[in-house]
Amino acid sequence: MYVAVKGGERAIENAHRLLAHERRGDRSVPEVTTDQIAEQLTLAVDRVMTEGSLYDRELAALAIKQARGDLIEAIFLLRAFRATLPRFGSTRPLDTGAMRIRRRISAAFKDLPGGQVLGPTFDYTHRLLEPPVSDPPMPATAPAPSEPTPRVSDLLAADGLIETTAFPASPDGAEQPPGDLTREALSFPADRDLRLQNLARGDEGFLLALAYSTQRGFGRTHPFAGEIRLGDVALEMWSEDAGFALPIGRVTVTECQSINQFKGSATEPPRFTRGYGLVFGHCERKAMSMSLVDRSLRARELDEEVKAPAQDEEFVLSHSDNVQATGFVEHLKLPHYVDFQAELGLVRRMREEHARRAASSGTANVVDDTREAAE
Amino acid sequence: MTVTYNFAYLDEQTKRMIRRAILKAIAIPGYQVPFASREMPMPYGWGTGGVQVTAAILGPTDVLKVIDQGSDDTTNAVSIRKFFGRTAGVRTTTRTAEATVIQTRHRIPETPLRENQVIVFQVPIPEPLRFLEPRETGTRRMHALQEYGLVHVKLYEDIARHGHIATTYAYPVKVDGRYVMDPSPIPKFDNPKMSDSPALQLFGAGREKRIYAIPPYTRVASLDFDDHPFERWRHHCRCALCGAEESFLDEVITDDHGSRMFVCSDSDFCESRRGEATTSPEAVSLASDTETHHG
Repeated sequence: MYVAVKGGERAIENAHRLLAHERRGDRSVPEVTTDQIAEQLTLAVDRVMTEGSLYDRELAALAIKQARGDLIEAIFLLRAFRATLPRFGSTRPLDTGAMRIRRRISAAFKDLPGGQVLGPTFDYTHRLLEPPVSDPPMPATAPAPSEPTPRVSDLLAADGLIETTAFPASPDGAEQPPGDLTREALSFPADRDLRLQNLARGDEGFLLALAYSTQRGFGRTHPFAGEIRLGDVALEMWSEDAGFALPIGRVTVTECQSINQFKGSATEPPRFTRGYGLVFGHCERKAMSMSLVDRSLRARELDEEVKAPAQDEEFVLSHSDNVQATGFVEHLKLPHYVDFQAELGLVRRMREEHARRAASSGTANVVDDTREAAE
Repeated sequence: MTVTYNFAYLDEQTKRMIRRAILKAIAIPGYQVPFASREMPMPYGWGTGGVQVTAAILGPTDVLKVIDQGSDDTTNAVSIRKFFGRTAGVRTTTRTAEATVIQTRHRIPETPLRENQVIVFQVPIPEPLRFLEPRETGTRRMHALQEYGLVHVKLYEDIARHGHIATTYAYPVKVDGRYVMDPSPIPKFDNPKMSDSPALQLFGAGREKRIYAIPPYTRVASLDFDDHPFERWRHHCRCALCGAEESFLDEVITDDHGSRMFVCSDSDFCESRRGEATTSPEAVSLASDTETHHG
């Protein structure tokens, strides 16, 4: 008999109750705290802050806990919260050259001012599964470097070997405030400021795969890891009242500048070009992938042939956002009875026509496998 | 920390931005207006566009109805109705006639809409040309130049291959003789209801960041050919519960021996009819019923 599709409301309530129960897991095991997540799952927190576009370790840790460790779900929670926040203004551009360095490596120079600083890295660890030491020895210390740590790109730029203006100047020469794709729908072609914003919010896995594809020949850009640096930078906001920029805090960021070949053109001498990646916290894989994809997306600007997916800005920018992607892929779980009924009607009609044609052309002795069990 | 939300969730600046997009959409019927869609607390593809449009137009005295697949009881409809019950505190209803705002996914109610009602469609892919041209840069140019030949070629290829048009839902329409528009994935049975409707029809696509509209009493033509006119389709039988002969039906499989019954997809329509008169269930036939309509 007809089973009414009623009761959606109670079903949802019960599902949520079960979800909360499953999230908690075995109640004889102590519950994980958001402090523990913020302190011990730091890289997960960093990723959620970066792709969630909100620098708040506490909220990111809460989101990870609420999402049962599903990072895309946590990113979604943070984004939805971010969308409700009022906007007071923008900071001045970060000066990553003045970063308090925790890690800084260059694959382009053996040694350079400021030195190579390995910092906290998985690089050179052996990936042998073993329980981590719960009380590891305190880290080795060294006196803070007295000399500044200039960015590799600035060193190269001093010799004119690398492009200096990352952003083409606007026709009237005026400095344009960067665009914001959360306040205005993205349209194509998109300028580099919007592309970088999109990539910074984009899914790490998607960017990683695209970056990888450029290395394997789909839009090759010959990159070097010019510099990767991790550390704290000061945030400053211009104050009309005070008449100068006020420091409002510090954030941890990872910056990656790739150095790429450029053969030059009729008007431009040969020199290196850049790809740029900047993320919150320590998301090195993401920062590197971002810099490779950023460089690939500059193909048209640099008069390179656009033929690979990573060079195609509409393809990349339209599909990089994992909150959008997961929502749309997973919406297939929603009921589609109505559309399916309409399709069913069409398929039945076409099968009837097919059967009629087969019958009239004298192939009636052919086994009729077009009949449904129900007919 | 405590978090407080504005009436109907969105802040007033965001609502103003969305209302500007809606006004522009009404001024250019069928044209997709870009807007700065926000991240909503439900996933993209689950009605974020419709929810933002509803949030932007909802007032405290409105009466809201939310349906999915024609029914007020499907889980996502329940979820969205609860969302507005919680964030806006507006009165909700399942009765089409009582509602001032109806948010829908995949159906237009059977009860004819009237003036001063607004129907808000949830739209997954707002671009009717998307599967013919994947690039936004391409489709925007095609709309600007009214270059709609490709859609007709697609429909023609259907006829050449199958003898009839093989698009059953999200059947493209032309609004006010200008823009080709995606009616959202409603069955083409519902297409004629859009034309000359006394109600305002708004369409919200959150993930794709587009809003479009059909103002009241606007001509909406389903694309077709003179020798292959637009056809409506419904299961050729009566609703097993209310006996309706004119409503769009859902097929419900009742056991594993192929038994099935057909019932109204519009649950409010079905319930109201059953409230008025009792009718006996009808024998079920699988043949399809087609009426012709000149779009």
